[in-house]
Amino acid sequence: MSVRDENIIEVEGLTKAFGDFKAVNEISFVVKRGEIFGFLGANGAGKTTAMKMLIGISTPTSGKAKVAGFDVFTSAEDIKKNIGYMSQKFALYDDLTVRENITFFGGIYGLKRQQIKQKSTQLIKELGLDGVENQLVGSLPLGWKQKISFSVAMLHEPKIVFLDEPTGGVDPITRRQFWEMIYKAADEGTTIFVTTHYMDEAEYCNRVSIMVNGKIEALDTPQKLKEQFKADNMNDVFLKLARG
Amino acid sequence: MSISVRNISKAFKKVQALDQISIEVAQGELFGLIGPDGAGKTTLFRILTTLLVADEGGASVFGFDVIDGMNDIRNSVGYMTGKFSLYQDLTVEENLSFFATIFDTTVAENYHLIEDIYIQIEPFKNRRAGALSGGMKQKLALCCALIHQPKVLFLDEPTTGVDPVSRKEFWEMLKRLQQKGITILVSTPYMDEAALCDRIALIQDGKILDINSPAKIVAKHMHVIYDVKASNPHQLILLLKAYPSAHSVYPFGEYVHYTDQFGEFKQENLHAYLAQNGLKEIVIQPTAATIEDAFMELAN
Repeated sequence: MSVRDENIIEVEGLTKAFGDFKAVNEISFVVKRGEIFGFLGANGAGKTTAMKMLIGISTPTSGKAKVAGFDVFTSAEDIKKNIGYMSQKFALYDDLTVRENITFFGGIYGLKRQQIKQKSTQLIKELGLDGVENQLVGSLPLGWKQKISFSVAMLHEPKIVFLDEPTGGVDPITRRQFWEMIYKAADEGTTIFVTTHYMDEAEYCNRVSIMVNGKIEALDTPQKLKEQFKADNMNDVFLKLARG
Repeated sequence: MSISVRNISKAFKKVQALDQISIEVAQGELFGLIGPDGAGKTTLFRILTTLLVADEGGASVFGFDVIDGMNDIRNSVGYMTGKFSLYQDLTVEENLSFFATIFDTTVAENYHLIEDIYIQIEPFKNRRAGALSGGMKQKLALCCALIHQPKVLFLDEPTTGVDPVSRKEFWEMLKRLQQKGITILVSTPYMDEAALCDRIALIQDGKILDINSPAKIVAKHMHVIYDVKASNPHQLILLLKAYPSAHSVYPFGEYVHYTDQFGEFKQENLHAYLAQNGLKEIVIQPTAATIEDAFMELAN
């Protein structure tokens, strides 16, 4: 495996409160470089709130967190430059072509014109998009968009990529092609932080955490979690934990 | 037949959303439309609920034609979509009585139908619908779709984006409604939910790949399938795809599902090949195929 013994995310007692309600309640964990880390939980368990703090767009109420070596309280801007982010809800601009989207995001990430040109050509070739690179993204199937979106999130060669339900509603074959891209990125040393509602995808992760009501109630390899909860698969582990 | 679809086609500009689709759903059946985003599921729901007219073919729901019997259909079906479509500014209770009034009935009259679902959201009956959690919204939407005692329930991706716990509870509710004699047509992109239907239609790109019971679909399309596992999953996938007699290679939970082109496939040969290429902790064992395996086999 390609997991290195180097902490790329360190979280300790991280908390986010909205009034009296603690959406994230003192969570602690570390993620190693090159690891595929699954961040699971029921709807409303606090995953999105936690992820927003880690990507530097929401300031924690208390606790500590370092992402790619930068403090979430003091260096949120540096975090943004060193990570990639992709969500199911917002991925690409439908009214721009594939090539225009790549150019746009390349520019946002501060890539030089020459780099953007080279990356675009490489990405279009790797994804087999020759012939559709000048089509509007809105006209492409969802599965293609998700694959392009992942590649765009990786344009600036970030140390960590955060994926928020990247495969929701995608067909089974494309879903697997997507995970093969994740495996490849991880194999090359990129850390993957991913949420999903597909429990078979939880099995693809090196380690998995499960959030329940703002707290991390379990964190281990899929194998050890299955042993711990005497379950045949991750779906059973999830049902046992989240149903309480 | 409760729902009858005969050679329905529908195109939007250049996209053929539905291409000669035929489906018959029996009364009291729990029937699943299984397919990815863009397969044509929503288009079919919109035709059956009389919101859209097909280019070709015909359809009827409970004996009423989708064109001539439009009003009769609208009075006798319940329709729920994955996108939340209730009034966000009305409370839980107000939404429910609004839908009852539209259909010229009362909440009290049909309370027996929604009771087990409604008691779960009753503590929040004075909360505005927009402020409910995802699982609660879904339960309220189902109550609203049921309050006029429909004969047929159309559920278009009711569980998309919903966590496994809420999804399981939702399917338990559907089973109870089926026992009350309601015919249910439900769509989902989750293949594990397909196994809970009486019969399913697998749909992709506007075409039906097959219609049958989940068990029969698996038995018909899948033969011998193996679980393969090794130390480096990425390398394992690449190596399996490069194996000369490989037929299909798909990551599947902690294993990779492998099928071979030949009946006389020898596990030890594959094991030796993987070991020669530097993989460790190799496991190869026969396993049972699932609906998802069958879907991928058919879609390819």
